[in-house]
Amino acid sequence: MCSLALFPAPLACGQTTLCESNNELLSGTATDHRLKQSTHINYSVVLYFPRESLKLHCRTESSSKAAFLDHSETLWMRSAAAWRDGGLTGLLNEITNSNTEVPKWLSVSSGFTLALLRWFSSFHGSLFPHLTMSSENMLAEFSQVLNWSDCVVRAFAWHPHADKFAVALLDDSIKIYNPKSATTPTLKHRLQRSVAAVQWKPMCASALAVACQNCLLVWHVDPCSLSTRPSSGCAQVLSNPGHSPVTSIAWSPSGSLLVSASPMDTAMMVWDVASESCVPLQRVGGGGVTFLSWSPDSSHVLASTPSALFRVWETRTWTCERWPCVKGRCQSGCWSPDGSRLLFTVQGEMVIYVLTFGDTPGPQAAAVVADLSETTFNTADGDIIVGGEIHSLSWDPTGERLAVLLEGDPQAADRPAIIAVFKTRTNPIFELLPCTECFVRFSVSSGFVQGEPGAEPRMMQFHPNFQHGALLTVCWSSGRITHVPFYFLGAGVPHFGLSGSPSLPRPQERPADFANQSLFTELIS
Amino acid sequence: MFSTEQSCWFIRKVVCWRAVASIAWAVLLLLPITAVFVILSRFSLLHPIQTFSECLSFLTCASAIFSLILMCGVIIMVGFLNLEYYTVIPTIACSKIALLGQLLHPRQFVNSLAHCIMGIIVAWCCAVTLGGRYETIGYPCTQGDGTDSSPQMCLNEYHLILLLAGAFVGFSHSLLAVISNINYVSFHTVQQYKYLRFKGSLPFVVKCSAAQALYSVRNYIVVYFFLGYIPKAWICKTLNLHLNSSVHPLDSIAGLLDLSLLYHQWISASFLLFTWNITLLLFRIFVTEVYSFPVQSSFTEDAHQCLPKVLTDKQPMILKFLALQDVALLSQHSPSRRCEVFSLSQPGGHPHNWNAISKECLSLLADLTQRLVAYHDTVATNGRAKSLSTGSERKTSSETSFTSATEDLMSPRPTLLLRTPASVFARFVVGTPHSPLTAPFTPDLDSPFASPALRRLTAPLDQCSPWFGTVQSPHIMRRAPKLWSTSTDSQVNGSPPASPASVPSPKQEPFKPSRLALFLRNRKEQLPEASSQALFADSQAHIWALEGLSYLVQASFSEDQFGVIQTTLPSILGCMLILQEAVDRHFKLPHASSKPVRSASGMGDSTYKTLRFALRATLKTAIYRITTTFGNHLNAVQMSAEHRKRLQQFLEYKE
Repeated sequence: MCSLALFPAPLACGQTTLCESNNELLSGTATDHRLKQSTHINYSVVLYFPRESLKLHCRTESSSKAAFLDHSETLWMRSAAAWRDGGLTGLLNEITNSNTEVPKWLSVSSGFTLALLRWFSSFHGSLFPHLTMSSENMLAEFSQVLNWSDCVVRAFAWHPHADKFAVALLDDSIKIYNPKSATTPTLKHRLQRSVAAVQWKPMCASALAVACQNCLLVWHVDPCSLSTRPSSGCAQVLSNPGHSPVTSIAWSPSGSLLVSASPMDTAMMVWDVASESCVPLQRVGGGGVTFLSWSPDSSHVLASTPSALFRVWETRTWTCERWPCVKGRCQSGCWSPDGSRLLFTVQGEMVIYVLTFGDTPGPQAAAVVADLSETTFNTADGDIIVGGEIHSLSWDPTGERLAVLLEGDPQAADRPAIIAVFKTRTNPIFELLPCTECFVRFSVSSGFVQGEPGAEPRMMQFHPNFQHGALLTVCWSSGRITHVPFYFLGAGVPHFGLSGSPSLPRPQERPADFANQSLFTELIS
Repeated sequence: MFSTEQSCWFIRKVVCWRAVASIAWAVLLLLPITAVFVILSRFSLLHPIQTFSECLSFLTCASAIFSLILMCGVIIMVGFLNLEYYTVIPTIACSKIALLGQLLHPRQFVNSLAHCIMGIIVAWCCAVTLGGRYETIGYPCTQGDGTDSSPQMCLNEYHLILLLAGAFVGFSHSLLAVISNINYVSFHTVQQYKYLRFKGSLPFVVKCSAAQALYSVRNYIVVYFFLGYIPKAWICKTLNLHLNSSVHPLDSIAGLLDLSLLYHQWISASFLLFTWNITLLLFRIFVTEVYSFPVQSSFTEDAHQCLPKVLTDKQPMILKFLALQDVALLSQHSPSRRCEVFSLSQPGGHPHNWNAISKECLSLLADLTQRLVAYHDTVATNGRAKSLSTGSERKTSSETSFTSATEDLMSPRPTLLLRTPASVFARFVVGTPHSPLTAPFTPDLDSPFASPALRRLTAPLDQCSPWFGTVQSPHIMRRAPKLWSTSTDSQVNGSPPASPASVPSPKQEPFKPSRLALFLRNRKEQLPEASSQALFADSQAHIWALEGLSYLVQASFSEDQFGVIQTTLPSILGCMLILQEAVDRHFKLPHASSKPVRSASGMGDSTYKTLRFALRATLKTAIYRITTTFGNHLNAVQMSAEHRKRLQQFLEYKE
């Protein structure tokens, strides 16, 4: 088991992590930043979205009602409008409120029904407390982005094959950056509000799925188009009653299906995007689905719920295994590149668990692989406490680096949110043994990734096919997006388990100057 | 009805048993459904316990058991009709006239009649179940005033109105079935177990049965209000019953506005539709269940059941579809079966399995390409049919260029013509009597001359068809069957007429359009989107072929030990790229890319309306799957410069 005590101390104030080379994380100030990365010019580009530059919505759609004069309509009209806007509760509310116009028995009975409904929903809410939250709060609570509601960059996604990425911003727009083209298309749509997640469709150049507050959008952005504002006709709207807000989406790695999850809906939707049809996979326990992750070999899907329970779906016949947790809900999870191992974290615990899947029946319990309990480091600026609950996990496509976003404590200055990076090796020798202790060997820790002073990491993602190791993209609280390359030589091309789908095209030859570096990596790990 | 000589082993051994299992489940489910119906129909809020005891005592009495047995008979009949009429390729009416033709088809008439009778039987069972005033058709009454009143039998209109409601609901159900393509069985992309699928779709069936019952009852009430006196008088006359003048007649506003009567009608109609829809749902679930064919067999007598042989079979369409689905699934999920596909035959060392599978998939794709090209050539850019002369001219020129391009891909097949499975006389126009697009024992609504019995029924209908007497021009007569279809003039010129009896000799006098012909022609061009739908009606097969091929090619990168894929890789890529081009061109047509209106009401499966979008997406994904797997290795593959350029776009992720 690995713990934070083995980590080198965090950097002093003013230093930022630049890259990993020769098996250590290099740091520097902003000035020599450019100098060191001049070899990989593409990734030294730092995107910066200052909060002031974004034009934010100051009002919601329904609040514009107040700007107009009150117009007295007939009861029928108002009831019809209430039914359209608020459904049954809206209608009952309207009837109860206009008790001067309706017969007394009607207003009394509708008030009684309303009270009964409210009592029932509060009872339901006491079973699943998350149901009482507003949809914004719910998104913030279950998002993989730390402190989502206050974050300038709300979602980020690398394209799985091409060298481009999409960024969702606080003002509900999405920008697409491609280093090879000068145009950065901006996607805006009437329904694109409170973006919780974006993901590119695999095996496709253009489709981008967006999880919004009320629906799912699938944009088709023509990569050859010079338009900077694709029309909203390029977006497919996928919605299902009761399936909102959508907090998580996942494309199948073969690009054929899209699954979406909402904490309000106990069913997980499997979409056939082209025909805009969906199959709900309903399991009542847990009270909703918050986070989805499809294994890279497309054989399993992790679906966590707001309760202390998560499921692992098997995608051939769509049956699921239930995994109850002891303490809290499953906060985050990630799959090994061959899809045989699942790392996950549980809210309220400071450890990372592993589950192994394979031909044999799965393990009966998850094993702890890393302990991230709080550790105090002495730095030049004073003591810093690192550790605590884990917000999200990200494993690079070669399976050699694991980035862990630690929540920290926003109130305490000496407990910052920080990204810890582990080196990992999935050891083939241990695969045959029944011992669950060490399926994944966490070797000597790599270190912490830090940004500019005052900036906290909010979200991170590994580049899906970086040629010289791994590239971690971090979105900071300041609105900056930086890329931290980890230069290393992989121990082996990832081998695929069940489906046998080959890996993404990986370079056969490597630059000569990195050749000796591999020795260090191999020796130390 | 069920022609035995056509049935192959698959129908006998698999499909029939699946149908039987689904009917058995439907019959088993009938008991709880009936119990729920009894409780709902007799429920009274004030005496809940009394209701339950009444229901229990009713369910054990003889009349209830008899009506249950009758209901079982109806369910079995419905299940049999499902088996007889189901189709995996939807029948799409390309114009309003064609739809009308389907509705007036003699076979449809028989179907509607059967549904009417079954509706009456179910309604009678409902009447027995409801009891009280609904129970019998006649009751003793004293007619007349004064002293000469003698006891006689009077008509119980409540009973009659329920029976007629059953007949009406059954009839409208059978009509709606044609309009919403209820016989079309679609395959799901998500493979769930049968129980989970059933559980998942049960709420939807309840909802749509209740809604459909509501609409049917509303329409029925209107009809009964105006025309109710006819059946009433007829029944009175035949059964020698009398109308009780002291009771208020029901075909009046006051009589129909009886809330309890409305509720009972609605709940009976819901019960009827629910049992039928459940039978249909179970049938769909059972018949589309994945069937795993062996890739190769060590015994020669089982060879006809193996995947390579089964794929090439044309006849039972369901067999071909299930085989293609199996190919798509094995290529994704099972390495051991993929290994069998890539294996070589023991003496000789030929990759027979792979050759058979790839050849069949490629010929399917080439078939679609040719269909698209032909269609594109026959429509003008505005999506309407071109005039006769230009269409045929263009066709020949482009056809020759196209066939030369894809010559190596095509296996020798009968002349592929633009086939529209939608058209009522499609089979007839095209002149290929055993078109692979039409299932063998499936109810071909499109072939009116399926059996001699039906032919007899057909003849008078044709005689009294609206244009028979008025249109004298032989040209119009020749065109007449064609008015039902999207297939174009150029095809008819090329193919010999299949039945000279109803397709008279070619034109003898210059074309002189009559007013009716023009009218019909305009009606014919009414639904341009439908012609696009009809073109892709069987595209589920192409989708599976694309998936199967692309996954197999992807897996071959690491699993193919003998390199059997490599020899076919150029033709696979070429075929996909040509199809991609054709599909792109098709989607440039004005009506092809417009999304159909999503109507989730009813049991009809509208998956076929979006098949073309699914095909487009699958095609692109399939090409990307190959290019991402092979990457720059594809530069070593032999192909034309044009294709290479196109492929380069895919390699650079610019499509």
